[in-house]
Formats: sequence, structure tokens, C-alpha cells
Amino acid sequence: MGFVTAVGHAFLEFVAAIGRISLFAASALSHCLRPPIHVRQLARQIVEIGYFSLPVVGMTALFTGMVLALQSYTGFARFNAEGAVATVVVLSVTRELGPVLAGLMVAGRIGASMAAEIGTMRVTEQVDALTTLSTNPIKYLVVPRLIAGVAMLPVLVLIADVIGVFGGFVVGVYLLDFNPASYLRATWEFLEPIDVISGLIKAAVFGLLVALMGCYQGYQSRGGAQGVGRATTNAVVSASILILLSNYVMTDLFFS
Amino acid sequence: MNPDAAPPKLALSGVTKGFDGKQVLRGLDLSVGRGESVVVIGGSGTGKSVMLKCILGLLQPDGGSIRVDGRETTRLSGSDRTVLLRQFGMLFQGAALFDSLPVWENVTFALIQRGVLTRKQARAAAPEKLAAVGLRPEVAELMPVELSGGMQKRVALARAIAAEPEIIFFDEPTTGLDPIMGDVINELIVSCVKKLGATALSITHDMASARKIADRIAMIHEGRIIWSGPADTVGDSGNPFVDQFVNGRAEGPIRMPVTKRFG
Repeated sequence: MGFVTAVGHAFLEFVAAIGRISLFAASALSHCLRPPIHVRQLARQIVEIGYFSLPVVGMTALFTGMVLALQSYTGFARFNAEGAVATVVVLSVTRELGPVLAGLMVAGRIGASMAAEIGTMRVTEQVDALTTLSTNPIKYLVVPRLIAGVAMLPVLVLIADVIGVFGGFVVGVYLLDFNPASYLRATWEFLEPIDVISGLIKAAVFGLLVALMGCYQGYQSRGGAQGVGRATTNAVVSASILILLSNYVMTDLFFS
Repeated sequence: MNPDAAPPKLALSGVTKGFDGKQVLRGLDLSVGRGESVVVIGGSGTGKSVMLKCILGLLQPDGGSIRVDGRETTRLSGSDRTVLLRQFGMLFQGAALFDSLPVWENVTFALIQRGVLTRKQARAAAPEKLAAVGLRPEVAELMPVELSGGMQKRVALARAIAAEPEIIFFDEPTTGLDPIMGDVINELIVSCVKKLGATALSITHDMASARKIADRIAMIHEGRIIWSGPADTVGDSGNPFVDQFVNGRAEGPIRMPVTKRFG
């Protein structure tokens, strides 16, 4: 009986958490559509997410493209299909690995930082201070982060796509002795607009999820430094799981 | 009762609030007149901060009435609440300065957000706001992390009064300060409140601070106001709870949940 009770409690808590997140998201998204928008806060978040995430996303994309070229070459050599390396690299990067890896890296960097910053503001009463200064904390803290997340992740992914393909090109040409012109032709030949566009749409959704979970977990944090630490962990874990889950759903919608 | 008499600036009646089955406010009644300075004293966990948060709408009370200028505020919606809060200023216990903003932007935050001043005008106006709490103009360019505890409290006071509110709340204004700096803050509170002609509601367990800034002192115990009277009568209130608290005695009707593990 104790086991059943525990499972029941966990299930109810899970449902309640989904309800709380949904209400928070609905409130935040409705504020996104109503003026005023705090432009300085938005600019700060665009720089934070778009500019300062560029090195980590770029490095991830570069090495992913390089590894993809290497792996697909050694794999495809078993049935004499080495010529497909460039196509595999570009499709894998634009459709899947670019958006997913960029989303996960940004979740680790930005989601954690959002949860820590808003969580610290919550436990030191800075969020309450915003309210007493007749400023809506959702509008001031959450809305700029959501808009910046949705706007900047596609930009990051577009850059990651280029860097990832370049990484594959470098390995293909300088290590595997592909002809540069042939490699580039193979890259372009089978690439369709939907491959890039679907990746960018995924990136926008991932940006929303990362910002939403970072802000929600920070906003709900309680209990001093320990609470902020828990919020940071929860923000990264929940955003990462939601990215992988929504990635499957969107892939199914786009390509099946 | 004279029907033409103006309502009190703040009136709480039968306010209740609980968390996870624990009742914190149990029918709290308190009235603060226009221009009056009331200090609520009481031990930790008696509901002082919860009372302030219920008035500000940071917490939703479970029951009772909270009136500002005679107008019921417990069910106000977001935008109406925002308008109401323009009447309020608050000095938080830990100062609660925005640590990503410089001092000048902290002090003039409400004025910028409400469109009263542009950022350029606010930057120019900040030294005057800081001078009101005895701080030099160069402090305006510092970040909150660069300030001492006493300076942070002064900046927070400057922020609370910058928009010239009608009602000011002070949450444990002297906690964490040395006695001299505590007295400096008390003096500043008295002078600022008088200068603005504001209504003040403070909560503290520092009796020196309470005597200095209060016209009237009220004591909260187990979520109710159990005594209220002029500040100069708190020493001979005739109430055993107040006597024990004012004299800081362990023995008396107030029992602290302390487990003795020795002796």
C-alpha cells in the first residue's frame, strides 16, 4: 500500500508541476504580446544568449562536423559509399545535430545562468522589490529572456550549421583526400530548404524551452543558496529533456 | 462614529493567512492613520513580514479585509494593483538592491519605469536623492556589491522614498547594522517620513528603533495584534506579553520552541 501511495503522490506532484509550468508559460507569453517591452533588458539578453554563446556553440558544431565526416567515412567504406559523406554531414548537421546540440549547450550555459540570476533575485527579495516599485517582474525579467531565446537560437543554429559543414569539409578534404569542389557540390546537391528551415524552427522552440525553464525554475526557487542550486540543476535537466522530447515530435511532424 | 471622518490610510480587519496547514495570521486587525508612524513589534515567526506582504499583494490573504484609503484591495487585479503600489515605498530587511544595476539606477528605478524621468534625467537627479540619505554624489556610480551594509540600507531608503510615496513600509530597518549605524538609519527614517508627510508602517524586534520611529507601537503574537498604544507607554503597558518582549526576558507568557539538551 505504501508503494502505491508513493507512486500516487509522485504522479499528482508531476501533474501539479505541469499545471504550474503551463500557467507560468501562459502568463509569460501573454505579456510577450502586450506592450511595453523592456528594450534595454531585451538587448542585454540578446547579447548574453546570441553573442556570448557563440564560442561554445561554434566549437560544438565544428567538432561535431569533423567527427561526423570521420565516422561516416569509416562506416560507409565498408560498402563503398564514401561519396555520401558530404551529404550525410550536411543533412545531419542542419536537420538534427546543429539545433539539438546548440539547444543543449545553450541550456547548460544560459538556462543555468537564468535560473541562478532570477533565483538569487527571488531569495534576496529583489523580485518583491520590483513589484513594490510597480514593475511587473514577469514583464521585466521573463519576457526579455523568452523573446531573446526564441530570436537568438535560430541565429546560433544557422551559424552552427555553417561551422559544422565547414568542420566536415576540413576533415574530408585535408584528412580523407576528397576533392574540395566535389565535396562542396555533394554538399549542395542534396540539400533542400526544408532541411535548414526545419532546423531553425526547432531552434526557436528550443530557445523558448530553455528560457522558459530557466525563468520558471529561478522564479519558483525558495530557501537560500540551496534552493538556487536546485533551481539551476532543475532548469538544465528539464530543458534538456524537453529539447529531446520536442525534437522527436517535431522531426515526426516535418519528415514522416 | 462621525460618518464624515476620513477613513484610516490603512485598515486591516480579520486578516488570515496560512501556509501548508500552519496558520500564521489568525484574524489580524490593525489601523494606521494618515501621517501616523506605527511600529509592529513581535518575535520571529509571529507573522510580521507576512502581514506586510499581504498588504502589498505579494501574498494573497486567505480571508479578511485590507483597505487603503477606505478602498478594499485584497482582490485587486494586476494593473489595478500596479497603480495602487505607486502609493507605496518599501525598505526591505536585506536592502534588496538590484545588483545588476548601478546605485543611481537603483535609486531612480521607479521614476524611470513610470516614465517620470528619462535615464539621462534620472542619472542627473540621483545625487540629490542620495544626499537626502546622507550619501555623497560619487556613490551613484558604484554597484551595490561595492557598498557596506549601512550604505546599502541608505541607498535602499533613498530608493523607497524617491517617488515620494504616501505610505512607506520598513521591514526590520536596523537588522544587521551596528548600533551607531542603526541609529543613523532611524534618524533618517524619522526625518524622511516627516518631510514627505507619509504614513509609515514598520516591523522590527529592535526596541530602540521602535521607540525612535514610532508614534504608536502594536505588538503581534501568534498572528494577532494583542496590544497597541502610544510609543512612550510601551514600557508600562500592563500587558505581560509586551513586558516580556520589551524587557527581553526568557521567562514569561511567550514560550519559545527551544529544546534544552543540557543540565
